Amino acid sequence: MDTMAAIRETFFQECEEQLGELEVGLVAMDEGEADSETVNAVFRAVHSIKGGAGAFELDRLVRFAHVFETALDLIRSEKLAPTSAVLKTMLHSADVLADLVKAARTDEPFDETRVESLIDELKGLTGQSRDASDGDKAGEQAEPLDFQPVTLSIDDEPEPAPAATTYTIRMTPWPDLYRKGNETVRLLRELARLGDVSTACDTRALPLLDALDPEGAYLTWRVELATARNAATIEEVFEFVVDDCELEIVPSRSGATGEAPQLSPIPEIGIAPVAADPVDSGERSAGESRAQEDEARCQAPRAAQEAEKARPEQGKAEAAAPTIRVDLERVDRLINLVGELVINQAMLSQRVMEAGLARSSSVAAGLGALEQLTREIQEGVMAIRAQPVKPLFQRMSRIVRELTDATGKSVRLRTEGEATEVDRTVIERLADPLTHMIRNAVDHGVETPDVRAAAGKAAQGEVKLSAAHRSGRIIIEVSDDGAGIDRPRVRAIAVKKELIAPDAQLSDGEIDNLLFLPGFSTATSVSNISGRGVGMDVVKRSIQALGGRISIASRQGLGSTFSLSLPLTLAVLDGMVVKVADQTLVVPLTAIVETLRPKRSDVHALGLDARVISDRGGFVPLIDVGQELGYRKAAADPFAGVVLIVETEVSTRCALVVDAIHDQRQVVIKSLEANYRQVPGIAAATILGDGRVALILDIDTFVARTNRAAPTSETLLAATG
Amino acid sequence: MTEKNAAAGGSACEFIAFRIGAQEFCIDIMCVREIRGWTPATALPHAPSYVRGVINLRGSVLPIVDLAERLGFPPIEATAREVIIVVQVGGQIIGLLVDAVSDILTQSTENIQPTPEVATDLAKSFVRGVLAVDRRMIGLIELDSLMSAQVEKAA
Amino acid sequence: MSITILTVDDSRTMRDMLKVALTEAGYRVVQAVDGLHGLEVLLQEAPRVIITDINMPKLDGFGFIERVREDQRFLGVPILVLTTESSAEKKNIARRAGATGWIVKPFDSVKLVDVVRRVAA
Repeated sequence: MDTMAAIRETFFQECEEQLGELEVGLVAMDEGEADSETVNAVFRAVHSIKGGAGAFELDRLVRFAHVFETALDLIRSEKLAPTSAVLKTMLHSADVLADLVKAARTDEPFDETRVESLIDELKGLTGQSRDASDGDKAGEQAEPLDFQPVTLSIDDEPEPAPAATTYTIRMTPWPDLYRKGNETVRLLRELARLGDVSTACDTRALPLLDALDPEGAYLTWRVELATARNAATIEEVFEFVVDDCELEIVPSRSGATGEAPQLSPIPEIGIAPVAADPVDSGERSAGESRAQEDEARCQAPRAAQEAEKARPEQGKAEAAAPTIRVDLERVDRLINLVGELVINQAMLSQRVMEAGLARSSSVAAGLGALEQLTREIQEGVMAIRAQPVKPLFQRMSRIVRELTDATGKSVRLRTEGEATEVDRTVIERLADPLTHMIRNAVDHGVETPDVRAAAGKAAQGEVKLSAAHRSGRIIIEVSDDGAGIDRPRVRAIAVKKELIAPDAQLSDGEIDNLLFLPGFSTATSVSNISGRGVGMDVVKRSIQALGGRISIASRQGLGSTFSLSLPLTLAVLDGMVVKVADQTLVVPLTAIVETLRPKRSDVHALGLDARVISDRGGFVPLIDVGQELGYRKAAADPFAGVVLIVETEVSTRCALVVDAIHDQRQVVIKSLEANYRQVPGIAAATILGDGRVALILDIDTFVARTNRAAPTSETLLAATG
Repeated sequence: MTEKNAAAGGSACEFIAFRIGAQEFCIDIMCVREIRGWTPATALPHAPSYVRGVINLRGSVLPIVDLAERLGFPPIEATAREVIIVVQVGGQIIGLLVDAVSDILTQSTENIQPTPEVATDLAKSFVRGVLAVDRRMIGLIELDSLMSAQVEKAA
Repeated sequence: MSITILTVDDSRTMRDMLKVALTEAGYRVVQAVDGLHGLEVLLQEAPRVIITDINMPKLDGFGFIERVREDQRFLGVPILVLTTESSAEKKNIARRAGATGWIVKPFDSVKLVDVVRRVAA
């Protein structure tokens, strides 16, 4: 990859991190929980973004970042008080900055008016006038340019002479000049580059050797420079040292004259280089006295000690764990390989068992150890791709802010468990459903301030977002302290949309679950917050597509909580291995609600050839998997087999007839589409211990194809139970 | 095992020749990844009849195409004697079920003659030409259309 | 043997850019992520030239320069300061802290190498 393109990518990645820091810091400041280091970090975040943006000539970004940074600088130097109004502007600015970064990354156009108005607001805070420079690009260049005559020097140059002018430059460097790493030799060399020089050294101030301080400066240099360049250019040579020497630049019209006592060219004075050339890094140059050495030796450990001391102070607070950056492709490849390892290990175990060797305890022990090891490697490798949910949660923070403004409600977001790690693949697909849920919580959950006040609640509502690991899965909860689900209203809408019968008896929990039905949306008018009335059915489908489940709990007047249970990764699946005809199939465990051996009294015929089975007070369609998949012509005898009650994404239930259940295990997901294409009813494939391919059932498409899942109201009633 | 022809112009290509029933066909060796013996495939529901199923090829799931059936012949009785030629078609890897591999040919592309008119439509859509070798007629199979074209119809 | 330059900057982007520009010019680059880390690397690597940013966590550029200047072993090591602010005030602070010179961000590699050559001989 082109280096600059790679660095540009790095820059945008870094921007994401900086924006995250910025958000966290500003929120902390807003909640009064910030210290000076937080404020500094906030400033640095914007400063960093600005710096990098400048390097890539992202002018729009630089311009805004500069104004933003200026305001933050005033806050950190305590010249601007961080009131909540000010912080509100800062938070807005952070949002706009994030958008500008995004637009810069994809090279998109941007709504300038948003930026301009915010810039005005920021300038209002910083007291900058409208006409003041916005600090574009490298900012005000105080340094004169080559071709512009600038009168800064002591002597005026009437006009730049086209022909070479001779300047007499006298310079007496002071000790500090060398201390700061500058060297006269280099300065003289640079002067030499500007034209013809003749250099002389005035050594009159040089003391005798035993009075010589190797770090002292006793020399005055006189240079006659004939150059076509102007005084400004000459001054530029000395720009770094101008405070550390006595400097005089005089254009001499009459040629090189003047006192030149004891003229000796530089190289001939043996002592001069010693005094003039300070020690190089780590080296001690010639001419040091013993005393000097001892003194230095004493000082060096002191400096080192100080460095040591400073480190533990910081080090104790956070031992920064060393990290490395790895290509995602490599990690993915590694994960695939480990998947192979798991499969092969299972195959080995099976073959050994079949060969009857497992009885031998040493072999069994060895296999057991291998299995354990393989599992640990797999977990370790999965953990590499795991990321904390923090950035995802921070995005939600911003959404709540925007909604708070738009709806006129006052809501704050509390997060918990931000450090919980989830596989990349899952996190990426969580963003949308989570956004919808947060939006719904603010839009429908939390009441307006006056309603809350009337109910005796605090004016500001709270939405809590939490993540935790629990029994091998990720549990994410979105809860609000709003009014809870308006059950009468939900029920009425469901009846109106003919989703339930008018006289249907539903428990509270059942009513709550009506929200997940497709076509259900409590927005009587399209809310421009939640979009096209995006409903919980879409959310549920997304979560289930991830192999997760979602449930809801709500208490009148107190609020609602949505719980998501997700797998740790999308590369493996918990499945039930079943036998259908003579084929082995895998059914995703998350879809299975119940397994049972059907009783004759439970199975009923419906219509010509359909059958249903009793399920919790209702009936669900009975589907013969072998027949549906074309493995057998006639339906199998359900009483000779096993029935799996499964739940589809649309919350309908089905009973699947299989021949037998083999076992339950975690399988590695293999794509069918990579070398073939999507097969309706089949989600993917896996490789079993015997090396053969087994198909993984896709409950939703499978049931949809059977065409028997169209629920009657009674069935639906049972399904939501 | 190689047979050379006086390559007067045109580029020399290598082909793997194989038998299906009594007939011989070949494909460009550049497409061939490997040759394996037959292993039982896992059936794919609702797949076209010429797709026998999928097998496990070192961790990847590979569809097996009965080339005989695809060309319109009676399907191959798959036994351990049969051979699977693993080929790359576009971005996918698939396995072609044939009776046996017979030869590796080096031929100039010039020697490829147009498919005779007597061939069935199905055969013609996949056989892009024939090579005359040793008084044998070996059909050159075009892989690109193997999985597509009529596939949608059958699905 | 090529000259070693220590770059101290908390921005990964900046570190990468400096490294590319300097390595192409034939220098060997070692990096640190803040002033404190810079002091560690300094002791390990004894570079010929130091380039440091100002705004960094833990120990900022000014603090870093002061510490380096206090250490006799590194007397006279040229320290160049990276600054986006070309205001005279900031330059003075850098100078007073002991900086040898400065490079204004955004820098172009030619100018950067130029300044480095000026101080690294």
